[in-house]
Amino acid sequence: MTAHHFTLSGAPLAALPSGALHWPAAGLLAVSDLHLGKSERLARRGGTLLPPYDTAETLARLESAIAATDARTVVCLGDSFDDDAAARALPQGAEDRLLRLMAGRRWIWIAGNHDPGPAGLPGTHLVELAQGPLTFRHIAEPGARGEVSGHYHPKARLTLGGRRIARPCFLLDAARVILPAFGAYTGGLPTDAPVLDGLMGPGALAVLTGPRATALPMRAGQGRAPRPLAGSGG
Amino acid sequence: MRMPDPFESWFAARGWTVHPHQRAMLERAGAPALLLIAPTGGGKTLAGFLPSLAEIAANPAPGLHTLYISPLKALTADIRRNLRTPIEEMGLPVRVEDRTGDTSSTARRRQRADPPHILLTTPESLALLLSYEDAPRIFAGLKRVIVDEIHALADSKRGDQLMLGLARLSTLCPGLRRVGLSATVEDPPALARFLARHPDSCEILTADPGPAPDIAMLETDTPPPWAGGGGRYAIPAVLDQVARHRTTLIFHNTRAQAELFFRDLWMANETGLPIAIHHGSLSREAREKVETAMAAGSLRAVVCTGSLDLGIDWGDVDLVIQVGAPKNVKRLVQRIGRANHRYNAPSKALLVPANRFEVVECVAALQAVREQDLDGEPRGPGPGDVLCQHILATACAGPFDAGALFAEVTTAGPYAGLTHARFDACLDFAATGGYALRAYDRWQRLKQAPDGRWALRDPRSARAIRMNLGTIVEEETLKVRMKPARGGAPLGEVEEAFAATLTPGDTFLIGGQVVRYESLREMVVEVSRSPGREPKIAVFAGTKFATSTRLSDRILTMFRQGDWPDLPAHTAEWLALQRQVSRLPERDRLLVETFPQDGRQHLCIYGFAGRNAQQTLGLLVTQRMEAAGLAPLGFVSTDYATLIWGLDEVTAPADLLDSNGLRSAFDDWLAGNAVMKRTFRTSAVIAGLIERNLPGRRKTGRQATFSSDILYDTLMKYDPGHLMLEITREEAMKGLVDFGRIEAMLARVRGIDHIRRPRVTPLAAPLFLEAGRIPVKGAAEQRLIDAAADRLMAEAELA
Repeated sequence: MTAHHFTLSGAPLAALPSGALHWPAAGLLAVSDLHLGKSERLARRGGTLLPPYDTAETLARLESAIAATDARTVVCLGDSFDDDAAARALPQGAEDRLLRLMAGRRWIWIAGNHDPGPAGLPGTHLVELAQGPLTFRHIAEPGARGEVSGHYHPKARLTLGGRRIARPCFLLDAARVILPAFGAYTGGLPTDAPVLDGLMGPGALAVLTGPRATALPMRAGQGRAPRPLAGSGG
Repeated sequence: MRMPDPFESWFAARGWTVHPHQRAMLERAGAPALLLIAPTGGGKTLAGFLPSLAEIAANPAPGLHTLYISPLKALTADIRRNLRTPIEEMGLPVRVEDRTGDTSSTARRRQRADPPHILLTTPESLALLLSYEDAPRIFAGLKRVIVDEIHALADSKRGDQLMLGLARLSTLCPGLRRVGLSATVEDPPALARFLARHPDSCEILTADPGPAPDIAMLETDTPPPWAGGGGRYAIPAVLDQVARHRTTLIFHNTRAQAELFFRDLWMANETGLPIAIHHGSLSREAREKVETAMAAGSLRAVVCTGSLDLGIDWGDVDLVIQVGAPKNVKRLVQRIGRANHRYNAPSKALLVPANRFEVVECVAALQAVREQDLDGEPRGPGPGDVLCQHILATACAGPFDAGALFAEVTTAGPYAGLTHARFDACLDFAATGGYALRAYDRWQRLKQAPDGRWALRDPRSARAIRMNLGTIVEEETLKVRMKPARGGAPLGEVEEAFAATLTPGDTFLIGGQVVRYESLREMVVEVSRSPGREPKIAVFAGTKFATSTRLSDRILTMFRQGDWPDLPAHTAEWLALQRQVSRLPERDRLLVETFPQDGRQHLCIYGFAGRNAQQTLGLLVTQRMEAAGLAPLGFVSTDYATLIWGLDEVTAPADLLDSNGLRSAFDDWLAGNAVMKRTFRTSAVIAGLIERNLPGRRKTGRQATFSSDILYDTLMKYDPGHLMLEITREEAMKGLVDFGRIEAMLARVRGIDHIRRPRVTPLAAPLFLEAGRIPVKGAAEQRLIDAAADRLMAEAELA
């Protein structure tokens, strides 16, 4: 396994290269910001007609993450659907696929800012979940401890060997971990955005997703050489 | 039409004689399409307007009579001022106004309600006007449309968009006459077909080209260096020429080279001649300042790029210096025309080769100019992304019938050969996104009404479509400003990719000054002055121009000579040595050399296919080498060759270069390549699949926007036959990928000559000094991250 292993409030966790968070002892897998139905929502609202394959792609990623960990509990950390209507408008094929995944598992939908209401799907709908030493919620709260959240879509930008690299990443410190967005059509917020800088403690790490999970100091740039950069990519 | 009397007396009063081509324009004023080819300074623009002025003077009814379209906003304002003189002096009842992105919204509204006789505008503003529901009313009664600098527009998608707009105008205004004004071009009939309403004929008027230009290579005390660009070795000789002329334009091929040259010119400028720099990355304020100073005649030299290729009489330019190989003879001739705007005086120009190979290219270009042998790649058919945008814009103006729109579109020269199937695919894309998966009824931008006509499903989407109009897709750039504490003056822009490589304390050149990078705040690069420090070189958009096929052929022809009396001795000796040690490249053979050097095995392919295609060739061949286990490490490309280095010797280069293998490597490569993704992004923005990153919109909602690369990957995976990918592949045959020139090269050569040498050959040697070496990717990226991670974690004491 090419995960990054760490401990949060005594719970041993693994940041997976896919962007999912695994808690092996609890048989729990957490993913954040699936944004299912994003292209559908944009089309419905008269915007551009993006390729309608994002939901299938995100579900495929979720299937392989669950298969690889054999998780008994799955926590979706909010913004699972691009809006509540997107949840209701899930095409039959996609809904069947999702229900197959949910079958036989404890499945928790945390409310997000995009999808606050009940999604009309089975599973448990919560504002937040407390399990053991950890609390799962959508948006990080200052001062919280043992907190697992999403929302910000953190993305690290590096310049290495003259090459620009941008990867979705986990942010973690002694108090919390913020997950990258798991959905196919998602952008990212640079890790040096003031809001992230304010949330994360001094020794915070950015764990890059990709072929394997790679940990870097979140604020590598204050010294010399490579550092996450605010830029676009948009 | 004859020249009306007041016009004759006005010309006489100013002591001017009417040029024959100006008279001819009046005589043929009734022609449905007319193309005037005239050198700069020949009163070309006035020739275009004379029939309009005469017609409006004869019948000053209100309403739009003439639409004038120019590629430059600045030009429309200049033309308005220049037209004022004859109109006021002859007392003509003619109202002239311009309309561009800079025109106030009040003025725009008034123009729609009460159009002037003559409206001066740009292709983008015309596209916008045509997208309004009241377009038929605005353009009612329009008689003439004048397209200025049509040779420049015809080289880009802006021209394709404009011709679709003219097709629409011809439907709205039957009997509309088209006039094109062009500089010298290689194929006037092709340009005429581009302009005319298909299948109308188009008459071509050619003005007296004037005396042959006075053009030569600049003689310098030091020979040019073996490699590199910039021509800084020639600074003393250039300064000497500047001192001996009134105003000199010093053209460079890239902005970065212009910056570096200007800085050194400035430092060598001991007598304090007033000189300035002008290029597209400088702020509008900075550029306008230079333009005004030039017009006032207070500058002795301007170091510039293509940003001064167009435009009217700015100052009294009497010398043009081209630094670096001209790459394209037509463009060189047009640049030379910038010197001496007075008719019947020869333009004076000097070429400065930046390196030894460019000496050969400059001599070849000089021959071509003397023989008036212009080059130019033939125009391909009108691109699909522009058509998609046009269909959406048409829907904004009101419901349309698909059959009628197809008939109208095919009257545009670039789309004369458009198939019905392609049109239907573009319409389907505009209407539903054109996806293979058809499960969703929400994927509908356009809807077919019961009467069969197509209309916007949601009229509110017109706003977003209008915001997206235009075919210029800028590289993402960041503004550069002095830190507010130091005045906050805007300096210009740098590419985001360049900004991302900066660390606080780094220095770079912009607008001729060295600045120090301080911070990035709200998408603005803040800098401070940094006098006297060596700058880190600013990497602006490099030149996208590759040496033309025609000019490359001339060089290959020159290589066949037994000796080279036209070349300076240092260059002739170099070529003779290459012939002795290896051989010189030939037009119908592909020369490939292999040799060890510095502990590495090298492979040099002299394809003469131009920089972009040689670059693509390097990527494809190294990919095939990797597959064959030949461990390539990197490569570098110029306009004439690609040099690859690796751990193992290539013993059978022909196997790497067979066309079927290269073509299938190309198809694989399409999937993951960054240049392809950039090509895709451009077409996707034009076609309306993704919205432009408008300034201001980028600051907020970062999480909501995502990279166009994701869409490219998704389509490649789930919908590889999609129209946007088809268009991307078509675009990749030209432009930055330029696979079409690799195909042409493979078709041209009858065989491969493989020369093995024990060490580097004379012709390959300069390639070792070229900048822009590209490491072969593969697992490199993850290795870089791993190495950096270990080091940084240790430094931060986190590991």
